[in-house]
Amino acid sequence: MNPTLESGVLPDWSPYGVVAGSAVLAAALLLAAGAFSVALLLVFTVLVAMVVTYTWSRRVEGPRRAKDRLITLTIVAAFGLALIPLLSLIFEVAKRGIPGLSLEFLTEDARGQIGGGGAAHALVGTLVITGVAALISIPVGLMAAIYLTEYGGGRLGRALTFFVDVMTGIPSIVAGLFAYALFALFLGPGIRLGVMGSVALSVLMIPIVIRTSEEVLKIVPNHLREASYALGTPKWRTITKVVLPTAFAGLITGMMIAVARIIGETAPLLVTTGVVDSINSNPLSGRMQNLAVYAYSEYRTPGVFKQASYDRAWAAALTLIVIVMVLNLVARLIYRRYRTEIR
Amino acid sequence: MGAIGATRAEAEVGKTEMKVTTTGTQPAPEAAAAADGRPAKTLETRQVNLFYGDFHAVEDVTLKVEPNKVTALIGSSGCGKTTFLRSLNRMHELTTGARVEGEITLDGQDIYGRGVDPVQVRRLVGMVFQSPNPFPTMSIYDNVAAGLNLNAGRVKKNEKDAIVERSLRGAHLWSEVKDRLDKPGSSLSGGQQQRLCIARAIAVEPEVLLMDEPCSALDPVATLAIEDLIGELKSKFTIAIVTHNMQQASRASDITAFFNLEETGKPGRLIEIGPTEKIFTSPAQQATEDYVSGRFG
Amino acid sequence: MEARADTTTNAGQLLAAASGGRRQWGDRIFSNFSVAAAVTILALLAGVATFLLIQAAPAITASSSELPGGKSLIDYIAPLAFGTVLAATIAVILAVPLAVAVALFISHIAPKRLLLPLGYMVDLLAAIPSIVYGLWGIFVLGPAAVGPMKWLEQKLGFIPFFQGPASVTGRTMLVAGLVLTVMILPIVSAVAREVFSQTPRKLQEGALALGATRWEMLRMTVLPFGKSSIISGAMLGLGRALGETMAVTIILSVSGIVTFNLISQANPSTIAANIALDFPESTGLAINTLIASGLVLFAITLVTNLAARAIIARQNIQ
Repeated sequence: MNPTLESGVLPDWSPYGVVAGSAVLAAALLLAAGAFSVALLLVFTVLVAMVVTYTWSRRVEGPRRAKDRLITLTIVAAFGLALIPLLSLIFEVAKRGIPGLSLEFLTEDARGQIGGGGAAHALVGTLVITGVAALISIPVGLMAAIYLTEYGGGRLGRALTFFVDVMTGIPSIVAGLFAYALFALFLGPGIRLGVMGSVALSVLMIPIVIRTSEEVLKIVPNHLREASYALGTPKWRTITKVVLPTAFAGLITGMMIAVARIIGETAPLLVTTGVVDSINSNPLSGRMQNLAVYAYSEYRTPGVFKQASYDRAWAAALTLIVIVMVLNLVARLIYRRYRTEIR
Repeated sequence: MGAIGATRAEAEVGKTEMKVTTTGTQPAPEAAAAADGRPAKTLETRQVNLFYGDFHAVEDVTLKVEPNKVTALIGSSGCGKTTFLRSLNRMHELTTGARVEGEITLDGQDIYGRGVDPVQVRRLVGMVFQSPNPFPTMSIYDNVAAGLNLNAGRVKKNEKDAIVERSLRGAHLWSEVKDRLDKPGSSLSGGQQQRLCIARAIAVEPEVLLMDEPCSALDPVATLAIEDLIGELKSKFTIAIVTHNMQQASRASDITAFFNLEETGKPGRLIEIGPTEKIFTSPAQQATEDYVSGRFG
Repeated sequence: MEARADTTTNAGQLLAAASGGRRQWGDRIFSNFSVAAAVTILALLAGVATFLLIQAAPAITASSSELPGGKSLIDYIAPLAFGTVLAATIAVILAVPLAVAVALFISHIAPKRLLLPLGYMVDLLAAIPSIVYGLWGIFVLGPAAVGPMKWLEQKLGFIPFFQGPASVTGRTMLVAGLVLTVMILPIVSAVAREVFSQTPRKLQEGALALGATRWEMLRMTVLPFGKSSIISGAMLGLGRALGETMAVTIILSVSGIVTFNLISQANPSTIAANIALDFPESTGLAINTLIASGLVLFAITLVTNLAARAIIARQNIQ
């Protein structure tokens, strides 16, 4: 029994060569069948590449290696498949949204405008509703996170952790219904207020603030706290002067991520803040609308000029995506740049 | 041989109860033919240099791992023994940026040759790791058979049973686990887990068995059990073992190779290699003498 | 003045004791605030359940004739629940294998330095608001799916799922399910990616040292290691898909029938979509009915999420 080590090995260029060759072959087949399209080309290229890879490798390298190559190819193709929606989304939103973007879009509201108008009221609404939601969620969420990390668990802590987990699973529309139910109890049915939307969004935002803050606070090493106590500093000052500043960047990041999560919410606002045409910056009186609801209503009830409404819906969608991505990006940058290096 | 035997006897004195099979017959160091007639292979390296990216980890090692003998690689930490060992079964290249220069041959064939599949090399050159790593989701039986299931295609059930039993016996583990072969591999003690890993490694009948500090995570009783096991295994395999423990090297090996670093940041080098007795009693290099007499390391 | 006294000396201890009163006061207020926050949140959650129950009660106790559609509450909600579960199930079935493949790609196949950027790209899918998915679904994916759905009807029409007649607008349960798949893919993939990259190196190396190919190593060590995490990730994704509103609201062309036919014009609605569509214009008992259906949805997602957490907890104990 003297197995030689040398066995066949496919050349290094083979993965790329096979894919390229398959693409050509697939294109030829499709053109011949008269059924050419980019999507079909991709599908058939992958199928042909799979067959070729497996049979070629099996002959040269053996069945185990062939299976390894085949599965690797499948996994790469799966990743490509997963990227397609992302790329399509970004491309289509940009393509369809840009025509709708204009100064008018950004500065005018829709009151009295037949077939025209802008989204200024939606922009203001987004700011106000999200701002109030953050105002409610951040203090409550942060203090609860502080409770969990600094004051330990006990029964309250364990119950809280458990229920925060539950809260992360609440469907957004249920959060909206809750806010409605709450206000309707005191102010009667049919009520629509900006602040109701903020309350609904808070239900969604608070668990995120707690989770992210808790994580960041836990990372602050204990010896920092102990050093502070050893100097005679009371607990609450230790927290505010030592722990929070150390975790500051991470806390800000967590809050920005939470805001990014709820800024594009539609469902809870449909049932709480309603649809409106003019700018309203008072959360405590009258209806209010955010960008997401605006996009929805422009689609659902387009004005006289349907395409213009659709354009505006797409423009609102584009604005939303840009805002969300910027928030996420800035959050990460802040974290990377300002976080306290702990030695 | 006498010096080694004396050390072993001293080690045994302190033990009240040991389940070590002392056969009393150490296979003669010169026996080249394996008990089952399979000729064991020589692993030879020539001017091997190992890199992690730009960092030169091991410099210019030329040595032979002799068949049916145990070769111990000793030296202080960081001098490249494990890096060198991992180049012998092409595990070194799994680290991003790792590079091998020089020639390494198994029975004359270059294991880094153009058409050589590392998967094949690893089947022929087995490895036992520092910390036992049985597959936690598999039973004891499936752990031992893991290599078989990969390599041998469809193996009939009774053939597989026979191989599993033979490997577990070879690893001195059969009597302890024969009634619970279906229990998970992680349910054993540390020493048992390591013997399970050895059984797993020898089940595929490699030519060479590499061991990277196999006893460092184990207690002294388990350690001696494994050392005895190694003594038996060398009749069938070529064995190379990295160890931090000089006493272990002097107890369990036939040939010792001493690695050392000039200073941190410099690559590790092979200082001296020779019969274990000679290395430990009258080494040729001053550095070797300093290390084995405990002046550093 | 802050007590920065050195409490090892007698003088220091006196000083510390002297300002002890104020220190205690500050501490107590602060800790009370944080406890209050914790309690508020629990109250909030209790409130959600309670208020929903209060508002749903009239619908629960009403008779069939008073409810919208003239059916009993159960007859009203059941088809919606069916649609909810159907759409979510499609999404989970499609998303989980894809997410596992994506996670394997990022953690083990792509070059190491691409780990973070690729992960970020997939996570980006999670940040996109659902309204945008809805618009994309109806204007882009729907029309693009018309051809394939026709093909499905022709070639596989004997399977109940593809009975057809294929919709010409693309506003079908299949398309809604596909959009949901894309929406929950990042969730499941992130969980899987996390656990795959935490597979102990010594296990992976053990498999490779036996002479396993990379795929064999993945199959022997990484995938079994990550099994429970994948399951809990799938359930988290399921919970998300069950509660998703806007994408489904916009895409589905609803007729209210209960059917497994995925490619036709007539589709069941989901609880969430039904609320979104009807709530703005509803009054009186209709609102209570919708809230009752929301309560059912809450219960379904609650159970799903609790099961997911239970699986994670069990995995951590082992």
